Amino acid sequence: MDKIKLVTAAQIRNDIPAFHPGDTISVSVKVVEGDKERIQQFKGIVMGIRGRGISKTFRVRKISNGVGVERIFPMSSPKIAKVEILKEGSVRRAKLYYLRKLTGKAATKIKEKKKKHVSQLISNVVVENAPEVKAENEVVAESKS
Amino acid sequence: MLGILGRKIGMTTMFEESGNAVPCTVIEAGPCVITQIKTKEKDGYSAVQFGFGTKKEKHTAKPQRGVYKKLKISPARYIKEIKDFPVNDLKVGDVVKVDIFTVGEKVKVTGTSKGKGFQGGVKRHNFSGGVRTHGQSDRERAPGSIGASSYPSRVFKGQRMAGRMGTDQVTLRNLKVVKILPDSNLILIKGAIPGANTGFVEIYKN
Repeated sequence: MDKIKLVTAAQIRNDIPAFHPGDTISVSVKVVEGDKERIQQFKGIVMGIRGRGISKTFRVRKISNGVGVERIFPMSSPKIAKVEILKEGSVRRAKLYYLRKLTGKAATKIKEKKKKHVSQLISNVVVENAPEVKAENEVVAESKS
Repeated sequence: MLGILGRKIGMTTMFEESGNAVPCTVIEAGPCVITQIKTKEKDGYSAVQFGFGTKKEKHTAKPQRGVYKKLKISPARYIKEIKDFPVNDLKVGDVVKVDIFTVGEKVKVTGTSKGKGFQGGVKRHNFSGGVRTHGQSDRERAPGSIGASSYPSRVFKGQRMAGRMGTDQVTLRNLKVVKILPDSNLILIKGAIPGANTGFVEIYKN
């Protein structure tokens, strides 16, 4: 395997930001028409990520004119100009195949990922630096919840 | 014929600049040491004998140990003659590397296919098998008739039947060289090649 990694290392792309199933992303795809090249956007929900190394792919689903469209992109494809994360979603599956059965608003709506509670973030920082302040912060967190 | 010995590493994907994904087999080819050069005058045919890979001395037969000692190399795992190899200035003990090939060139690859064990006629010889319906039983993968009756009263030799399948020598021609890494002795060939990973293969110029 190491020798295969040696071969593929140069082609694996690390410039694509890390996203997860449930995220809404916009993929900028290079499209060649005749001798002209332009960029096309594909905006949708990440349904799943599979594979590893150079053969890693991700599947994006969107509803286009009422018709569900899915596209599978190789993560290291040179045709991808850019990937933008528009929204982070909170889902309980790794593969969101259930989206295919949903219709209407449910098919495009995914619960947004909860931001970590501010008090939690503070207490985490405090634990590292000064343990005696921790107790006070925990009380605040408890009273809020 | 220009050629080299190698070992199949595995398969992967390479992307062309246009974005096309090309399935490739990675082969560790060479370095091969010339262990003997056979000439028409002396041996009746012209060939170059190569050694590839290494094995322990205790696994090497005594008569062969002397050959490697003379060449001052460790015993070779594989020995193979390549007929009509362009010798030019090469001598015994010289090393042939993967850079004898160029990217984009067509090659042919010989290997030993994966063993499939004892297989029936349907898998081994592409027989159709019997019908699945119409009240048949036990006929789905049966070979059918294997000959006539009282004349000839025997089954002809070579009649295709069930038996051991695989581990055959298989040669694939017109395979494209996708990439060469001379420093790590690797060559990438488009498509699949016969045999399992780590299997011994020979690559020839088409």
